[in-house]
Amino acid sequence: MARSKELVPGIGRLSRSQVAAKRGLYKGLKKSENPATEASAAHVEKSVGGDKNNGKRLVPTVKAPRYYPAEDVRQPKKSRKSPKPASIRSSITPGTILILLAGRYRGKRVVFLKQLESGLLLVTGPFKINGVPLRRVNQAYVIATSTKVDLSEVKVEEKINDAYFTKVVVKGSHSAEEEFFEEGKPKAKEPLPATRTAEQKEVDKALISAIKKTENLAKYLKASWGLSKGQFAHQLVF
Amino acid sequence: MSTESNFKRFVEVGRVVLLKSGPFSGKIAVIAEIIDHNRAIIDGPTTGVPRQSYPYKHLTLTPLKLSALPRAAGTKKVRKEVEKEAIVDKWDKSSWAQKRLAVQKRRALSDFGRFSVMLAKKQRRDLVRKAVAKA
Repeated sequence: MARSKELVPGIGRLSRSQVAAKRGLYKGLKKSENPATEASAAHVEKSVGGDKNNGKRLVPTVKAPRYYPAEDVRQPKKSRKSPKPASIRSSITPGTILILLAGRYRGKRVVFLKQLESGLLLVTGPFKINGVPLRRVNQAYVIATSTKVDLSEVKVEEKINDAYFTKVVVKGSHSAEEEFFEEGKPKAKEPLPATRTAEQKEVDKALISAIKKTENLAKYLKASWGLSKGQFAHQLVF
Repeated sequence: MSTESNFKRFVEVGRVVLLKSGPFSGKIAVIAEIIDHNRAIIDGPTTGVPRQSYPYKHLTLTPLKLSALPRAAGTKKVRKEVEKEAIVDKWDKSSWAQKRLAVQKRRALSDFGRFSVMLAKKQRRDLVRKAVAKA
């Protein structure tokens, strides 16, 4: 704002556009060139019937709008902001053991595998050790411990992303009668697709062998975390 | 009529004290001079405590004492006396200091460390229980 000296606090001497012009940032802007598109002709000649119509007529390819707004409506300014990828705490790195604080698996200790595009953390129990499957968690609901597992041997496939966790909605034929009688009955449990369990096993196999290298680590993961009397989470070292 | 006092430790020149607060808390020092009923000048040349006035409120008296420290001795003299009587060594060997050290270690333990301690304690309990059952 050095170019625009303040008239009174909060109001500069120059307007927003004047400042922009003075700063001249547009000079440095790199513009990508659009591939040349052939400009379609504005008019097309069409033959018309009728004696007095001269046989031919130029018809515009794009019809002019029939109505105009009576008042000029201001176009809202387009926002050029875009969300940044969420950054995770520095204490959370691949292989870190996390303590889950919310949800079904609260109190469980799990292994962090990677950050997904949505910013959520991909974790696994491993399932064989403590029953926590491959799962997404928000880092806000997690305590990061200083214990880490070596993940150099563990490969997490690219296909395990955010889309992997969205439920596929199967649209089946549902008659009203069926629906009526189904009411009140417990919903039939859908079996987990076999591919899921296979993928879980694949990820966990290398991870479990890495965990077994440290004594008691498997036991540690199996046990759940909690606070006992006189313990306060903010006074503990994790 | 004079009866024997029940007190064993006194605020006196040469008394080794443990600092309870401030940037030097947890270190020991020696009382070099008594200012008034609230403060004393303490000095800990071998423990990294600079000569300063310190309120008694933030001190704890230890059973250790320099036997021959004159009043208002300078840092040099304090250092000489402390080294001669091996005060720091005596302090480190005392069960008080060792307990403090153990507590400190426990506090600094990570979650996994605490879990391992729990396992070790369980093991010990088991051994003791079996031994007692045998006897």
